Amino acid sequence: MVQTDYKNDILTVYLKGEIDHNRAADIRVTIDSRINSLRPKKLELDFSKVSFMDSSGIGLIMGRYRAVGLVGGELKIKNVPENLSRIIELSGITSLGVF
Amino acid sequence: MKSINETHIKFPSKSINEGFARSVVSAFVMELDPTISELADIKTAVSEAVTNCIVHGYKREIGVVYIDAYITEEKRVVIKIRDKGVGINDVKQAMQPLFTTAENEERAGLGFAVMQSFMDKVKVRSTPGKGTTVTLEKLIVPIR
Repeated sequence: MVQTDYKNDILTVYLKGEIDHNRAADIRVTIDSRINSLRPKKLELDFSKVSFMDSSGIGLIMGRYRAVGLVGGELKIKNVPENLSRIIELSGITSLGVF
Repeated sequence: MKSINETHIKFPSKSINEGFARSVVSAFVMELDPTISELADIKTAVSEAVTNCIVHGYKREIGVVYIDAYITEEKRVVIKIRDKGVGINDVKQAMQPLFTTAENEERAGLGFAVMQSFMDKVKVRSTPGKGTTVTLEKLIVPIR
């Protein structure tokens, strides 16, 4: 469901499909267990294959920003499709400097 | 409101049904030939409202979520999403961006802000102990 890749202290997570409240919980558990075992310097969330996202996805991003921060890493959001840009702008998370 | 088509569905407040609810409503509005972006707006708003029923209305119990959707003569989509859950004590406060009572579930507190931004009209009626009804409206602009 969630593919991850770890290289040169960078943990990359390839998100896929629809991110809603139902799926966010599993994604969160998968990413957090990786963060805690690998303690990456950087967490990259790749959104290129995400077809739908509601505010649960915003919660997911904010939560991972905190989670990777706790182990001293930083978050980077990559390849956000055009159709997700509205909800991201509305949420104000662009001000976190993760894009 | 004179409707030319309508649909009524109900389902248990299981989070797996969030995707089902989005799909049903988006299939229902297809007869208006919405743009991809109008359809995405409706799907997102429905997802937010249904998630509210599941996360807040019924919290840890499973109840019934009701959706009544209408298409009016003037090509307006009206979607009522209803639960018989705990209700909201202070609707105005609940609608404030970033306000959430489910912080440990990583809710961003943006549900109503998203609904308001993505739909033309959002109405919330709630009675504590009785439940909440959210009415979403959007005009599907017929001229391209």
